[in-house]
Amino acid sequence: MNEQSIIHVEQLTKRFGDFTAVDAISFEVQRGEIFGFLGANGAGKTTAMRMLCGLSMPTSGKAFVAGFDVYKQTEGLKRNIGYMSQKFSLYEDLTIKENIRFYAGIYGKSDAFIKDKTARLLHQLHLEDQANKLVGSLPPGWKQKLAFSVAVFHEPRIVFLDEPTGGVDPVTRREFWNLIYEAAATGITVFVTTHYMDEAEYCNRVTIMVDGRIEALDTPSALKQTYNASSMNEVFLQLARKAKRNGDEVKTA
Amino acid sequence: MRTLRFLLEKEFRQIFRNPAILRVIFVVPILQLLLLPWAADYEVRNIKLAVIDHDHSSYTRQMISKITSSGYFLLDQYTNSYKEALVDIEKNRADIILEIPAHFEKDLTRENEAIVLLSIDAINGVKAGLGASYLQSIIHDFNNEVRSKWIQLPRFNPEVNIDIRPSNWYNPLMNYKFFMVPGILVMLVTIVGSFLTCLNIVKEKEVGTIEQINVTPIKKYHFILGKLIPFWFLGIIILSIGLFIAWLLYSIVPVGSLFTIYVFAAVYLLAVLGFGLLISSFASSQQQAMLITFFLFMVFILLGGLYTPIESMPIWAQWFTRFNPVTYFIEVMRLVVLKGSDLSDITRHIITVFGFAIVLNTWAIISYRKRSS
Amino acid sequence: MKQFLSFVRKEFHHILRDRQTLLILLGMPIALIMIFGFALTTEVKNARFAVLDFSKDNATREITNEMETSRYFDLAAEIHGYNEIEDIFHKGKAKLILVFPPSFESQLQHVHNPQIQIIADASDPNVATTLTNYAGNIIMDFQNRYNQERKYPYTIQTRVRMLYNPQQKGTYSFVPGVISMILMLVCTMMTAITVVREKETGTMEVLLVSPVSPIKVIVAKAVPYLIISIINIISILLLSYFVLEVPIRGSLFLLMSESILFTITCLSFGLLISTATDSQMMAMFISLTGLFLPTIMLSGFLFPIENMPKALQVASNIFPARWFYQVVRAVMIKGLPLAAVWKETVILGGMAVMLLLASLKNFKTRLA
Repeated sequence: MNEQSIIHVEQLTKRFGDFTAVDAISFEVQRGEIFGFLGANGAGKTTAMRMLCGLSMPTSGKAFVAGFDVYKQTEGLKRNIGYMSQKFSLYEDLTIKENIRFYAGIYGKSDAFIKDKTARLLHQLHLEDQANKLVGSLPPGWKQKLAFSVAVFHEPRIVFLDEPTGGVDPVTRREFWNLIYEAAATGITVFVTTHYMDEAEYCNRVTIMVDGRIEALDTPSALKQTYNASSMNEVFLQLARKAKRNGDEVKTA
Repeated sequence: MRTLRFLLEKEFRQIFRNPAILRVIFVVPILQLLLLPWAADYEVRNIKLAVIDHDHSSYTRQMISKITSSGYFLLDQYTNSYKEALVDIEKNRADIILEIPAHFEKDLTRENEAIVLLSIDAINGVKAGLGASYLQSIIHDFNNEVRSKWIQLPRFNPEVNIDIRPSNWYNPLMNYKFFMVPGILVMLVTIVGSFLTCLNIVKEKEVGTIEQINVTPIKKYHFILGKLIPFWFLGIIILSIGLFIAWLLYSIVPVGSLFTIYVFAAVYLLAVLGFGLLISSFASSQQQAMLITFFLFMVFILLGGLYTPIESMPIWAQWFTRFNPVTYFIEVMRLVVLKGSDLSDITRHIITVFGFAIVLNTWAIISYRKRSS
Repeated sequence: MKQFLSFVRKEFHHILRDRQTLLILLGMPIALIMIFGFALTTEVKNARFAVLDFSKDNATREITNEMETSRYFDLAAEIHGYNEIEDIFHKGKAKLILVFPPSFESQLQHVHNPQIQIIADASDPNVATTLTNYAGNIIMDFQNRYNQERKYPYTIQTRVRMLYNPQQKGTYSFVPGVISMILMLVCTMMTAITVVREKETGTMEVLLVSPVSPIKVIVAKAVPYLIISIINIISILLLSYFVLEVPIRGSLFLLMSESILFTITCLSFGLLISTATDSQMMAMFISLTGLFLPTIMLSGFLFPIENMPKALQVASNIFPARWFYQVVRAVMIKGLPLAAVWKETVILGGMAVMLLLASLKNFKTRLA
């Protein structure tokens, strides 16, 4: 295993009955990297990510996240990761402050840490006035940014983002990516799935999944060169044409 | 322990912010205790009587007035024919037809024997049976009065008359509310306890927040405890409100100590909540959870001995009641509230229900999966 | 129409895909019929009783024996003093105690007026009354037999005929009740919850912007439950006819039509609830406390309506189940024609129309 790699995956496979959602994928993610995971709906992105987070049991293959085995060492693994799911998953009937406090609390952070960091975070997001408002009353873009901030609040080594910008306007998406860069700057590795090809350009390296398999893995510029394309969109379309699976067949595990 | 504190903080905040839960906690007990005890009265009285008197004698008038003055029967009306009276039964205007044949008085005094005919709407078999026996005993009394007029008593004594003296302990006035109210309290605590816990967790599944929890290093038993404790408190609060209303409206004060009730309820709630948790780990939507909980608790409550006595159930159902926590609580309530039993009288109940609590909660912890297979 | 059918098809897919729910929806009536039919009888059987016999002679032994061999009682204990009674009741060992005074038999033979005391544990007054009555009847039988040697003058004989239900089976009154309960549950609660669920998840808005009229969208949600209800009615009737041996004396067609009418009333009620609430929990709470409990309590199938306070008797009139219960009893058990239940039918129909109009109106104002 490479010294620098924080995620190490070898021949990882997930089957649901006859259906192979993730088909023997292998890759490494370097420390501090922003690693993009691209693919059409149903390509197996979410399933792969759920296995890496300890939410879904792999059928076969190996995977280590932050040095922890996803089969056996899930508790240690979970202490070192953050996760933001496709579904918005903060409590709508709790306030911003209460949500932060709750999630930080169950990661075992001290009261002083929580208090101090909450103040900084609220300032950074310009949410000081809304700190005691119910999360349910926030506009969608804000919810998304808040969910990300909560996912990295406990300072994990890796954060997994599952289509974090779904249904968000371009301006907010831009702001969201600024947050990702800020987090990466503090040394957090970012593992992000998306189907927005412009976002792929923001990543250090991207993987393109088609029908549960990894079809390409490189930096965006190298990929464009290889496939002789002017944008990631073109690269993706060239690869995705080979797909046999129907888009909506498997969305979640 | 710190994790648990954060979990509890969050649950309590959510509970007190949810108007639906607050309504369930406060409105339901009040509404139910206000209404149900009045309705739940099985006692058979106000039996509607249709009379066909073909004789129109002074004896028949005496007999009918004796029947109507007993307090059990309401005279619906006199009809001239059985056919007319049957229409009354069909339309639920009458429950019993009392038909007195012509020459009743003459037969009784001259032939030494007269007949009256009773036709009873027996769809409700129990009511019919009791109605018949009340009516027969009134007629029997009337018969004795008639006899004593015709025969000198000393000379006519060989008929044995056993004097039956019934007495009713613990509830001498036969107040149905003393019996129903504790039972309704059990229902309340059971339904609210299991429903709320179950729905709470399933809602987190539906909304997706549970996944966010699953990806944290939180321990399974922390999560379960974090759900159990708040709803345990809610259960105790509902019980207290219920006991208070029982005292306020129906002056029901337990003969035994409140402490005994609370001790049992504390253990009982653990079992019921465990049940709710268990269901939540199998259900994927709130609708499904509600339906399952509702169905199971309907069975539990119906077979809990509140509505019908356990002794009269068939063996398989009696076996079932032994594994039904509701049975134990209803029995304990009756023992403590009406008979004044103390902790030592109900140790067996406490131990059994504690056993259920352990099994159900362990099962719930095992079947709650942080990771899908 | 075609659009409408495609909506109905979608609702069916939802229901058919959730096997567990479907299983419960269809299995519940069967389980309830079995429970009510076999396990729940208000008739008391095998009640434990104890004897405190200060006399111990042939007569007391005979009465005790009669009690024990009757299907109503089981002898649990013989006790020897009044002080033991408290313990027996406290531990729940017996529900009734028979006390024979000393020299019972000689009293019987010479004074003709012996005494028996029946002490009942009245913490359950229903059981106490019933048991005291049963025990009284057994003693009366004994007395009558004892008296039978000679015929007495001036005797009034009563001849009793039990109409509709000669064996006085409890199932005759439970089956109509269970039908009303199930229909209420499936139609009202399930409909209300499914509609509210679409509101909660936001898919309702998607449906409402489709070219189909909103009323059709809502009605389409109710159709599958109507069909499930019809299946349930059929399975209840089959079970009660073949397994519980409850007769269907009236016209089957009339019975089914009335049931469908009641189903529609319940569905409209469910729709009304769904237009007035936003969370599944609230919908369930309203259907449960506002409808289901009153149905059980006030429709007359568990507790006699005529015993309730006047206010509750009046209140019971607004619950559709109260009327439907009367109809089922009349048609199914008594075998009466429509002419006998036209009033109830009109009331149910009127309720259905009013509820439907109210929910549609409510629905429109919400959209506007």
